[in-house]
Amino acid sequence: MSQEIAIIGAGMHPWGKWGHNFVEYGVAAAREALADAGIHWREVTFVSGGATVRCGYPGYVAGATFAQALGWQGCEVNTSYAACASGSQALAAARNKILAGECEVALVVGADTTPKGFLAPAGGYRPEDPDWVRFYLGITNPTYFALYARRRMDLYGDTLEDFAAVKVKNSLVGSKNPRARYRKCFTAEDVAASAMVADPLRLMDICATSDGGAALIVCSLDYAKRIGKGDAPRIAAISTVTPSFASAVVEMPDIATDSAAAAGIEAHSFRAALPMKAYEEAGIGPEDVDVAEVYDLSTALELDWIEDLRLTPRGEAARWLRRGDTTVGGKMPVNPSGGLACFGEAVPAQALAQVCELTWQLRGQSGDRQVEGAKVGITANQGLFGHGSSVIVRR
Amino acid sequence: MSKKPLAPAIEGWFTLDQEPRLIGSQCCACGTYFFPKQSRYCKNPDCDSTEFREVPLSRTGRVWSYTNACYQPPAPFVAADPFEPYTIAAVTLEQEQMTVLGQVVTGVAVADLKVGMEMELVLEPLHETEEDIKMTWKWRPLANQGGQH
Repeated sequence: MSQEIAIIGAGMHPWGKWGHNFVEYGVAAAREALADAGIHWREVTFVSGGATVRCGYPGYVAGATFAQALGWQGCEVNTSYAACASGSQALAAARNKILAGECEVALVVGADTTPKGFLAPAGGYRPEDPDWVRFYLGITNPTYFALYARRRMDLYGDTLEDFAAVKVKNSLVGSKNPRARYRKCFTAEDVAASAMVADPLRLMDICATSDGGAALIVCSLDYAKRIGKGDAPRIAAISTVTPSFASAVVEMPDIATDSAAAAGIEAHSFRAALPMKAYEEAGIGPEDVDVAEVYDLSTALELDWIEDLRLTPRGEAARWLRRGDTTVGGKMPVNPSGGLACFGEAVPAQALAQVCELTWQLRGQSGDRQVEGAKVGITANQGLFGHGSSVIVRR
Repeated sequence: MSKKPLAPAIEGWFTLDQEPRLIGSQCCACGTYFFPKQSRYCKNPDCDSTEFREVPLSRTGRVWSYTNACYQPPAPFVAADPFEPYTIAAVTLEQEQMTVLGQVVTGVAVADLKVGMEMELVLEPLHETEEDIKMTWKWRPLANQGGQH
């Protein structure tokens, strides 16, 4: 029995800082995905929502909220929370339902309205909360990204110019993406002129937080054939594995890593582990990948992801970047959407936005950003609390 | 600096001696270290122990990576006025096979550090309150750098 499902519809509300209710973005994305699939909303029998958790914010109940907004029609609902991987986890729930034969067509949707300013923890004296501890000691989100970036510089010889080149590369394709929030073509000089936040990362090396919404219509292969979409891109793998103890990379919001001192315990990298299950499940390897959408929370992190996905040998991503290999038209295009650099992060929508981009790429609908002949795409992202995902789409 | 008494910024996380140590815990069954202390359940997937002993962690380690903070973090961070950027390091403790984050002592810049450098743990003020001076652990490059990995 095939373990694949088909993607017959993709839709997004453009990313921005619109300040509207997140439901609006989710509904717009869902309606675009439904229209793209050419089916009526009443055909959908399962709505799987990606949620975020933010101090009582109603994104908590994403599945039901979107189902009600689109008009109650008696479908089943699910809400998934997995930080930056919420969308992938919602997608996995839909896939399970479809492969179990309990549903033929599902809507997977995530949307977010981000608050203004820093995402600071609650006050008081709360040393049992790692988020409180690290902010109290002066360790913010960019600290972690900068630690990874600086390590690349000392270990592999990456430079500030390399990091800036990631931004320049992504802004060039992002400028051609009508769904991106930042559509200016930035230069290396622009990056160098932006303020240093956490050495070696400047303001323009770090992604913003955005409002946005993304949706997919997924279905059984039988259903796709019946409606004449038998050649639609398919989900070939979804990995949402946890880290393996001992996790050796210091991760937000922790102040220390696991200890690998016990007998029989080895140090592991979570980012590198995420795609392994995806490759295994799809029965392919990195050499089969034509295009990748990775979570560039910072410019340098894109280079880490490229190596974690084993698209280049460890330590060589910057060399590939310099040669133009990771740009659209190169031998291993990464982030043809423009990535988080051009979108900014809308947590519960972001992992789905990555799959939307791959869907359009594999259908050859990406216009000026098209990766020619793309047949296999992979996504990767990582968020808080040991959540992360990697999805493989193929045609 | 005022003459207020010194107090730990976080109670029970480190000693206040001349040669301060972070206070972690160690699983009595498998030997895994924890910082912050863990005392109810072991996070090693092959261990179901509930017995832990409190242990001082190694005072020295090697730089895993480093950065700085050029912008003032939000509360609960208490910033000096005007805000002074500070350096941060992640330091790997060999015996514990664990990496611990912390600020680097005042006066040491990113340009002074390198992955693999030997660091030692010291105490410095984090901020002052009306009653006391809150101290925290910070990393300081060892005067005599041994061989680098």
